[in-house]
Amino acid sequence: MKTNRREFIKISSMGMGALALATTPVLGWVPGFLKDDYTNPDDSKAKRYANYCEVCFWNCAGWVYTDEKDKIWKIIGNEDDPHSNGRFCPRGTGGVGMYNDNDRLKTPLKRVTDESGKQTFVKISWEEAFDTIAEKMTEIKDNYGSESFALFKHGSSGKHFAQLLKAYGSKNIAAPAYAQCKGPREEAFKVTFGHPLHSPEPLDIRDTKCLVLIGSHLGENMHNGQVQEMSEAIGKGVNIITVDPRFSTVASKSKFWLPIKPATDLALLLAWIHVIINEEIYDQKYVEKYTFGLESLKKHVENYTPEWAAGITTLSAQDIRDTAKEMANASPAVIVHPGRHVTWYGDDTQRLRAVAILNALLGSWGRRGGFFMPEKAKLPKYPEPKAPKPKWSWRDISPGKYPLAGTGVTNLLIDASHPDYEGDHKIKAWFIAGTNLIASIPDIKRTLDALNNQEFVVVVDTMPAEITGYADIVLPECTYLERYDSPRLAQHREPNIALRVPAAEPRFDSKPGWWICKEIATRIGKGDFFDYKDFSEVIDWQLKQVGTSLEEMKKIGVKKLNRKYDDLYFLEDEEIEFHTNTGKIELYSTTMEANGFDPMPKYTAHQESSEGFYRLIYGRTPAHTFSRTTNNPNLTALKAENDLWVNPKVASEWGFKNGQKLWLQNHQGKVSEFPIKIRITERIRWDSVFTAHGFGRTDKRLTRGYGRGISDSEMVSDVKIDKETGSTGMRNNFVTFLTEKPNTAKKES
Amino acid sequence: MREELITSGRMNLNIDPVLHIWHWQIPVYLFLGGLAAGLLFFAAYYTIIGKEKKFTTAVKFAPVLAPVAIILGLIALLLDLKHPAYFWQLYTTVHLESPMSWGAWVLMFIMPISMLWVASYFKEIFPKFDINQNIVGKMLKKVIVKNDNKEGANWDWKFEIIRKFEINFIKNRKPVAWVMLILAVILGVYTGILLSAFNARPLWNSSILGPLFLTSGLSTAAATIMWMSDNHEEKRTFSKIDLMLIVIELFLITHLFMGFLAGSEAKVQAAQYFLGGEFTVTFWINVVIIGLIVPAILETLELLKFKLPVMVPAAMILWGGMIFRFIMVEAGQVTRFLY
Amino acid sequence: MRYGMAIDTRKCVGCADCVVACQTENNIPIGYTRDWIAELNEGTYPNLHLEIRSERCNHCENTPCVRTCPTGASHIILGGIVKVTHEECIGCGACIQSCPYDARYMHPDGYVDKCTFCDHRVANGQEPACVSVCPTHCMYFGDLDDPNSEVSKVVAANKIKTLAPEAGTKPQIFYLV
Repeated sequence: MKTNRREFIKISSMGMGALALATTPVLGWVPGFLKDDYTNPDDSKAKRYANYCEVCFWNCAGWVYTDEKDKIWKIIGNEDDPHSNGRFCPRGTGGVGMYNDNDRLKTPLKRVTDESGKQTFVKISWEEAFDTIAEKMTEIKDNYGSESFALFKHGSSGKHFAQLLKAYGSKNIAAPAYAQCKGPREEAFKVTFGHPLHSPEPLDIRDTKCLVLIGSHLGENMHNGQVQEMSEAIGKGVNIITVDPRFSTVASKSKFWLPIKPATDLALLLAWIHVIINEEIYDQKYVEKYTFGLESLKKHVENYTPEWAAGITTLSAQDIRDTAKEMANASPAVIVHPGRHVTWYGDDTQRLRAVAILNALLGSWGRRGGFFMPEKAKLPKYPEPKAPKPKWSWRDISPGKYPLAGTGVTNLLIDASHPDYEGDHKIKAWFIAGTNLIASIPDIKRTLDALNNQEFVVVVDTMPAEITGYADIVLPECTYLERYDSPRLAQHREPNIALRVPAAEPRFDSKPGWWICKEIATRIGKGDFFDYKDFSEVIDWQLKQVGTSLEEMKKIGVKKLNRKYDDLYFLEDEEIEFHTNTGKIELYSTTMEANGFDPMPKYTAHQESSEGFYRLIYGRTPAHTFSRTTNNPNLTALKAENDLWVNPKVASEWGFKNGQKLWLQNHQGKVSEFPIKIRITERIRWDSVFTAHGFGRTDKRLTRGYGRGISDSEMVSDVKIDKETGSTGMRNNFVTFLTEKPNTAKKES
Repeated sequence: MREELITSGRMNLNIDPVLHIWHWQIPVYLFLGGLAAGLLFFAAYYTIIGKEKKFTTAVKFAPVLAPVAIILGLIALLLDLKHPAYFWQLYTTVHLESPMSWGAWVLMFIMPISMLWVASYFKEIFPKFDINQNIVGKMLKKVIVKNDNKEGANWDWKFEIIRKFEINFIKNRKPVAWVMLILAVILGVYTGILLSAFNARPLWNSSILGPLFLTSGLSTAAATIMWMSDNHEEKRTFSKIDLMLIVIELFLITHLFMGFLAGSEAKVQAAQYFLGGEFTVTFWINVVIIGLIVPAILETLELLKFKLPVMVPAAMILWGGMIFRFIMVEAGQVTRFLY
Repeated sequence: MRYGMAIDTRKCVGCADCVVACQTENNIPIGYTRDWIAELNEGTYPNLHLEIRSERCNHCENTPCVRTCPTGASHIILGGIVKVTHEECIGCGACIQSCPYDARYMHPDGYVDKCTFCDHRVANGQEPACVSVCPTHCMYFGDLDDPNSEVSKVVAANKIKTLAPEAGTKPQIFYLV
């Protein structure tokens, strides 16, 4: 044992210079040229830049540290940020990998066809890219009207592109975050409580006594704030009820794990409602004061007994009763978690209605330990001219379809882009910003048919992805660490503003989204919608309107404001007018009824797997968000490929070994491009298989993502559309195993 | 079903999925070290008991191989180092608790002694040498001169100081032999202790490994002497010694496994690699059958006056000794504590 | 003064933020890690048990790695932190063999590398990077000799286990189970 000189100095600088452990080497010298030790930069001396994370939609605010060479070193959470409380998740910490990834899109690219008919991308200048885009945009506008130009977007810079399209004259804007994710949830809560949930969901998990998770694998999806609060709640002894066909991470931390037969969740929810009403263990005062339609509901669920549900869900009636009582005991500090990605079986709005009703009966809406009333900061709009009014929008594509959809439905835009669309509102060109539609929208073939029917497709992204391969023009956007964007104004317990400033110059020839949009707008004569030199001017102007400034925000990163409106929770006996037709929480939904839907959720059976086929359940792994993270050097180091969870019984029936590579084929004959390794584990039911989303990349430019595992999206060809919102139910696909890739499998172009 | 896995994708080179930080260099180093220890042991032993005239191969000729083996062994060790430019750090400190440090120091001492030992017999090994004839002679001209004495070698060292040193060394061969004997035993045991000091590897963590490696080293040395010797009596003696060593080795191996099977779960699992697991066939065929049992039978037959080429059992023992070390190093790294 | 860590397996979700934070903080080359997540699944469907652990060097009280190091590159500094002086390391691999936890690895630059408990941060009064970022707050770091430190209190108040206690290394990382 000994201490060397450098460390000794460190220790004495701690003010406890002790020498106890020393036996000095005979020769303590080292030739200087051989020294290659890494010295960590010092936090207190390093420069740091405010930012909010763009690796997922949680958008945690933090600090980007640079080292003495001004190179991005690490990303750490901002302690004032309610999304992260100073602690990022692995993806946020690994965000440096997005910057360091050498596979990034480097220059603008243009698709050209050579004499032999072969298509390739050639590098072009930004000037040429902008001129081409402006020319095409003008052409489309002249020929079909500006409405024929659609935008698919995701993430913060999507706002700039939406602004561009608005200036141009199109409202055909959609994000997979709605119809492929939380759409049904938003509308179900809106018709029930008069208010959608938005993001981050206003769940008071830290104070809850009972957390019910249905198909939500919190902890594997790193919805940071919620994971943090769940951990805090576990420390306080929360009882968790997890309903999942898979023994998820959170199932292992639960008092009850209900390994439900997949696709029967609604039966369980209805049986819970039945028990809670019939045993009169609902929050009677709350239900009487605030809700509408209890009597109808009671009658409606009369036959949905636990015994009935037990037969459907394969759970025991006793467990159903026990868990219902568990919730009621905790009421109102109970949360039946609404989930986030809820587009499963095509009756998702109804299922989420049942979730909302259950929460209403338990009195958790507006109560401590249930749902709090969030508030969001507002920034005034930067002055701009009046936008042209589009003649039609996505709502007119198929009139009357999906009446409850509150936001642009991606698949409606795809319908209007598809050659089989016979309506009057055809879409002729796509702008795709920051979303890999191939991986995010199911039924890839339909997406591609629609895409190939377009006259012009522009893709803007930081990374090459499957979708960039189909673009006419590809524009390299710089990452969130290298650009300004609008401050984050997400709802929370306290309204707050989080800033994003660049921490480094954009690598390669990539550029910020705002600059790209401004340049295009200028060329189509709409430059006045982007009336600034640098986007930081807009941010500074906006911040100054609310009493802060860019300068101040650069120092603090996050600013919390005081709440302007009502309290976080309902007050005792408070009179509340809900934004519904009846002004009450609608157990019986008048909106649903008016639109021709069941006013109360009814159970319908879903397709079941046939012999030798297993329901494909997909989900997240904590290290990855979407396909956008599966080439990140830091994150692929954690998980480079997905595996397929298979129950040991199934594996022994097929004679599979752990780690064996298999191809998957779904019930419609679709075969996976790549094989996947199987993981034989007791943690999954025998009628299902599970894998993580976002892998199996097919773009060879992705040196770490290409061919690693399979893409679950590829296996989702059978889509069940939710009648209310148009969302795409994706969990109706069943797969079987192939030990080798069949030669007959035709590649879909 | 018990399923244990690292989910964060740890893939440290040569650590995952199974530890494999030591490759061929270490077993080669251990084999050569053991062989050198055995050779020097026998040379010292027969010098001490005054039988150097009778066992000339053991005392005079075979030790020539010892410094060669040590140097080759050290080269192997150097090749194992990932930071070889810093190898001198080994000699900046003495770490009695570190077998590696021990080994470095023992080799540091035993190497010059073994070289001097061999050098002191040069005149007897090469008594007639025409320094004018070949290239070697011309090169050696710098250090040796012609000697016209009728007795002994026809050459002598050029420098007076070397001549004096040689005379003194030869006069004191017995005390030197004592030092060499002790160092040889330390070196022989060390090759086993190097492994057994690693508590973390259940297969290595047995006190039997030291004696076992010493025995095996002596056995390979005895086989080498037996092979090199053209003296019938010396051959027979070393045949007998070898036979005895083989019996001891078999006994130690049996005890090693009995000890494992009576030990903790990790040790039982370690033993399983040799009792049905992936190293079973390699170990029992190469080490036990080819390296021990067959040579024992052949040597017994020879002692019973059957005419057999001596190189067959000798080569088999050397092969067995080499493979034994390869398997121990390889298998030991695979075994680990369970938690 | 005896630095140690307590990790609450009941809270840990195995997200591996500790791993990434360590990588960025200490500039670990991609492909190598000083810490990692282990998962132990036991039982038969549907009666299952899962334990998730964030693992790293245990900074043992009884250090086989320091003992087997021939040059003294592996050593113990104040607070019992086990460290490797890179320019004294010859890369012989003895310490790697001696670690029951496989916590050491050969850095591509030729020396052995491992967790340092972020002693450069600890010296400034900060927590190790892994502890400071953990979103579940499942890790506690501090002085085990001080009965009033958070880590001592947590260790005293909970059911704990250490890894491979039969190896006799006396780990200074305690898992709450």
